[in-house]
Amino acid sequence: MNCEYKLYEPSWCPGCGNYMIRTALKMALEELKIEPHEVVLVSGIGQAAKMPHYIKVNGFNGLHGRAIPPAIGIKLANKDLKVIVESGDGDSYGEGGNHFIHAIRRNIDIAHFVHDNQIYGLTKGQGSPTTAMGQKTTLQFDGVKVEPIKPLALALTMGAGFVARGFSGDIPHLVYLMKEAIKYKGYALVDILQPCVVWNKVNTFAWYKNRVYHLPDDYDYTNKEEAMKKALEFDERIPIGILYREEKETYEDRFDFIKNGPPLVDRQLNPMDAERLMEEFK
Amino acid sequence: MDFSILIGGAAGQGLDTSAQILELILKRCGYNVFTYRDYMSRVRGGHNFTQIRFSDKDISSFTEKVDIVLALNEETILLHKDRLKEGGTIICDKEIAHEDGVLPLPFKKILSKIKNQKVYNTIGLGVILKYFNIPIDIGEEAVNKLFKEKASYDNVLALKEGYSLIDGKYNLKLKEDKKIIINGNKALALGAIAAGCKFYCGYPMTPSTSILSYFSSKSNEMGIMVDQVEDEVAALNMALGASYAGVRAMTGSSGGGFALMVEALSFAGIVEIPVVIVDAQRPGPATGLSTRTEQGDLRFVIHAGHGEFPRMVMALRSPEDAFYQTARAFNIADKYQIPVIILTDLYLADYTNTIDPFDFSRIKIERHISDGKDIDGEYKRYEITDSGISPRLIPGKVDGQVVLADSHEHDEYGHITEDPDIRTEMATKRMKKIDLLKDEIQEPWLIGEEKPEILIVCWGSTYGAVKEAVSKLIEEDYSIGALVFGDIWPLPTRRLMELAKTAERIVDIEQNLTGQLDSLIREETPYKSDYKILKFDGRPFSGEEIYRRLKKEVLKR
Repeated sequence: MNCEYKLYEPSWCPGCGNYMIRTALKMALEELKIEPHEVVLVSGIGQAAKMPHYIKVNGFNGLHGRAIPPAIGIKLANKDLKVIVESGDGDSYGEGGNHFIHAIRRNIDIAHFVHDNQIYGLTKGQGSPTTAMGQKTTLQFDGVKVEPIKPLALALTMGAGFVARGFSGDIPHLVYLMKEAIKYKGYALVDILQPCVVWNKVNTFAWYKNRVYHLPDDYDYTNKEEAMKKALEFDERIPIGILYREEKETYEDRFDFIKNGPPLVDRQLNPMDAERLMEEFK
Repeated sequence: MDFSILIGGAAGQGLDTSAQILELILKRCGYNVFTYRDYMSRVRGGHNFTQIRFSDKDISSFTEKVDIVLALNEETILLHKDRLKEGGTIICDKEIAHEDGVLPLPFKKILSKIKNQKVYNTIGLGVILKYFNIPIDIGEEAVNKLFKEKASYDNVLALKEGYSLIDGKYNLKLKEDKKIIINGNKALALGAIAAGCKFYCGYPMTPSTSILSYFSSKSNEMGIMVDQVEDEVAALNMALGASYAGVRAMTGSSGGGFALMVEALSFAGIVEIPVVIVDAQRPGPATGLSTRTEQGDLRFVIHAGHGEFPRMVMALRSPEDAFYQTARAFNIADKYQIPVIILTDLYLADYTNTIDPFDFSRIKIERHISDGKDIDGEYKRYEITDSGISPRLIPGKVDGQVVLADSHEHDEYGHITEDPDIRTEMATKRMKKIDLLKDEIQEPWLIGEEKPEILIVCWGSTYGAVKEAVSKLIEEDYSIGALVFGDIWPLPTRRLMELAKTAERIVDIEQNLTGQLDSLIREETPYKSDYKILKFDGRPFSGEEIYRRLKKEVLKR
């Protein structure tokens, strides 16, 4: 058994939060003792979405906004694989917003790590779905004129069973969140705050560092009302940790033939098995 | 003998169930049946009709003239009375029997006797049974097969009441029933299931929806994951994920939904993941005519997708063809790691025809997946090979090896690259498959004369109508034949080139406005059609219409 994850040289900017997120991901997977061939990292397009190229693991680097649908297809085809979606805020909440909502409805067993830097990095500095109202960008010269998405609150209202927020500047805590999300049976969202050192001059490392705080030890993550309050707390103080957790039946377990059988990919195929279906046409 | 029965009424009047019962009865009597459905895009009201044709000969089209009309409302009488053959009959309730030559019957009276308003149509079926002197027990068996217990009881009563209303006119000789009766979409789905398709996802859209619902009805029994996705964008991306993970996957829609899949189609091209995509065509542009038919997407699916990549397109010609070709599509997708697009249309999706039972032993499953033993060192998902096809590993199946699939241009391992040499090499590698496909594709079917003076070219679902028209013209001593394309991209040209050399005239027959197959032929061969018979009113060609138009527009000139 070899649980060591090899790294490749990234093309991210020096100081980018993605480096820390990758370190946390490597540590989480290694500590969970999952081998690289047992994991699939699925991403869309963006700086965060390049992750499958920078860590040696099964990778599916698809289209912009479309990380979730293939992740669902992969998990349904082979329930033994650990499926992790790793993409940015634009990919997950903008272009892929519809898939995000419907992934929560399904509650399929995937972990979704959103690198949320509140800006578009790859395309050079335009507003993202999480950029604050009024913030000036390379495209919104007078400031953003639409409300930001509140991803954690949205996930909660949709009924997500695992809702968490992390910070790239707090690696041990992020490793903990990632491990819990990967182990969680169902759709697990971890929104990870990270600075974009080049394009976001507002939400800098210091900006986040001064605001984030760990949820207290006595915080009850089964209390949905409390979780909603914490999900909306994004101002002078930003809580990080598992905001909400609830055990729920997964999508794949709602299908007896998936739950109680080998993974679909391992099924023996024989055309003659289908011959009996012709009876209804006789 | 050759009879046609039309059942007409409003949406919601149970036309389809009645048609299913009647076609089953006629099949049980040992006859060939062809049922054509014409319906509007609404759940209640409007005018819908179904035409059931049966004969002791092979039939592959509907007819314009009918022998019997079962009118469930007055509108049906007004709309279809001119289509009645000499000596034909219109059956209806006496309250709506205002026209001459209509057979008024006490439907309403019987309804109040049975105390079930839903059995109206079945009374009419009883009348039809008696008209042909079909034994009532064959009717009972069909009713029992299609209805649940209580409904079945009342419908048998209705059938018997109808049976007693008239005297028989025709003695239908009973023969052995050896066929199956199936529509194009179910045959397609059954072909996919036989081929081991374990994943189907889609978003409801006429006329592809019945593929989705057929798969769903077999999901538990056959262990097939069926997902109604949030949109067609998700559909193809999800199918590609499932295929990457190693199962045979398919998605389907009509042209509008296919349009939403186009980005992912291009992705399938660069990522080299096998997938089968169905476009069940209906008339566009945009929403077009939702419940009508057309062959307008041929050029679209051949060219859809940004960038250049290989694909295969096959058009289905009949329910039988739908079964075998769909199964074959999976082998081709797996062998070349490409998207294979299946073109059908509303007409073929919905019409039912009696055909020989499918031979499942003819279906071969060829996966072309590596077990990793032939891989030296680190696995290269996009290894450059002579054929252009790289060994395919399934993620998680080989210890220590990982599979990296990428939508960017990539190196052999699947990593992003902008290197001009690697780009050139990769694009060339992918496109090599189109040359291999040229050896894989099947030549079009030839019907009629082997070396015809009049050579018809057509494709897909027009097969049945063209076949009937050609047989009729051959009986009249015309030298005529037709090439019916199934595999259509890359375009097989060998047989066409041979026949075009000696043909006096080439006639293109298509259900679209611009003659898309003809333009493809002009592009791929030195030939083009001399005349086009095109139809784009949303209604399918009948054999009679093609016969008539060939006579008037081509043969008389």
